[in-house]
Amino acid sequence: MSAPVKQRRWPLIVPPLLWQLVFFVLPLLFLVVISFWSIQNFKLEPDFTLKNWSTMLSRTTFWSAYAYTWKLAFVAAFGCSLLAFPAAYSITYHLSESMRRIAVLLLIIPFFTSYLVRVYSWQVFLSDNGIINSALSLLGLDRIPMLNTAGGTLIGFLTLCLPLVVLIQVMGMSQIDRSLIEAARNLRAGPWRTVYEVIMPAMKASLVVAWLFAFILCFGDFVSPVYLGGGASPTLSTLITDTTKSGQQWPRAAVVAIMMIVTLMATSLVAVRYAYRGGRK
Amino acid sequence: MWNFLRNAGRSYMLLVLLFVLAPIAASLVFSFNADRFPSLPLKGFTTDWYRETFSDPLVLDAFVRSLYVAVPAGMLSTLLGFAAAYTDYRFSFRGKSLFNMLMLLPPTIPAVIMGLAMLSYLSRLNLAGNMYAVLICHVVTGLPFSMAIIRLRLGQMDPSLEPAAWNLRARAGQTLWHVVIPFCRQSLVAAFLITAAVSFDEFIVAWFVSGLEETVPVRVLVFLQGQVSPRINAIGTVVFATSILLVVVGTAFSGLGKASRAGKAVDSSDNA
Repeated sequence: MSAPVKQRRWPLIVPPLLWQLVFFVLPLLFLVVISFWSIQNFKLEPDFTLKNWSTMLSRTTFWSAYAYTWKLAFVAAFGCSLLAFPAAYSITYHLSESMRRIAVLLLIIPFFTSYLVRVYSWQVFLSDNGIINSALSLLGLDRIPMLNTAGGTLIGFLTLCLPLVVLIQVMGMSQIDRSLIEAARNLRAGPWRTVYEVIMPAMKASLVVAWLFAFILCFGDFVSPVYLGGGASPTLSTLITDTTKSGQQWPRAAVVAIMMIVTLMATSLVAVRYAYRGGRK
Repeated sequence: MWNFLRNAGRSYMLLVLLFVLAPIAASLVFSFNADRFPSLPLKGFTTDWYRETFSDPLVLDAFVRSLYVAVPAGMLSTLLGFAAAYTDYRFSFRGKSLFNMLMLLPPTIPAVIMGLAMLSYLSRLNLAGNMYAVLICHVVTGLPFSMAIIRLRLGQMDPSLEPAAWNLRARAGQTLWHVVIPFCRQSLVAAFLITAAVSFDEFIVAWFVSGLEETVPVRVLVFLQGQVSPRINAIGTVVFATSILLVVVGTAFSGLGKASRAGKAVDSSDNA
């Protein structure tokens, strides 16, 4: 049924387009502009100076924060994907229709709870006198410092991303033609080989997209590094909040923000290229 | 081997669910726990934290403010999201993929960056430091979600439904009102609820631009910067219960006979 499409009601495009141009594109472009402005008497003044860029990019604190953020987000995204995969596999292939629906529902629940509240809960679990350490000492084991370490930050990142990554993987996995898996089994491929050579290539796009989402979320998060990681080693986001909130140095914060956006765009580009490379979707 | 893997897989999945749900359950449990410092064993049941929290004027003000922001933010995001989704559904034009990218891009920009950008941009326009600034930012964040939800529903619409109405001499606006919108009703309600929830939960951009007019999650962030406070659990539990209730009510309410309504709408549009 191909009805003639009437090209009318164009006005509908105007409000959303205008809104996103004025309140999304312009603010981001303005960020680029103010990275060349200067601060005089604690006020932002129009200027054209490269000083903000040269100051920030020559600081070792910036580059160590950059490396640390990248490493954390990269590890978290990979860890998240790895930890999510068997769970997604079980949800897709080992559960009955109704159980699968319940599992998916349980994975959606976190989206309705505040990330801040969950992070606070983890503080309760992970602190030196917290639930996990009390349990360990009841068992006669040594306490493990978990709060205010990089491990704490990673647990926060997992809390942030794991449900989303599992859901995306389940979506990708349930679109795989089951006869492919049957065929692999009939050809006597073991379970590991089936996963590695049939399932993973067939859902490559959703694996990469889930990884990318996790990477973006972790790269930009500042709650876990501060409240679970202790804030001792700054990440790029904590650098932005500190520079903006306490220092009032918006132009310098803008430099950090632009570096982050460029990094994320480059990573996304590479990841999407990789996801859709080759004939298979 | 397959059977063993099946059982191992299921148990592992339960572990993952436990990890995901444990912090939520813990916050619920400790919000009723008498001990100020959350630890096991529990010290006894109390509703003190709720009473303390909801007699705090700072928290109450924040709740009112959050509602004042979330409801209009949800409505505006839904309206703009519908317009964007319909544009994508109905028209083909040059630069359409650029248009879609522009609409769907905001969630991929980290909230700290959006916060900084919005703060510097809006304060240049003398708009920062109040609830309107938060409202503007939350519509930008919400629009992609509502567009995606409504676009999915539009994709299920018979493409000849609208031309049929046009052939019966319904004007474009009438068709939109009597055919397309009734067909999308459920997704419109869903989009409103989800974008309102997104706004109610968003704290980073709000923290940057709200100035002294804190919303609920910004208040929680301030509590978090202080010491141990069971109030966070109390607020979290109330917010969680409200959003779940809203979603349940919303889906139950909007799911009534959507197919027959769309059919009726087509019937009634021919006497236009």
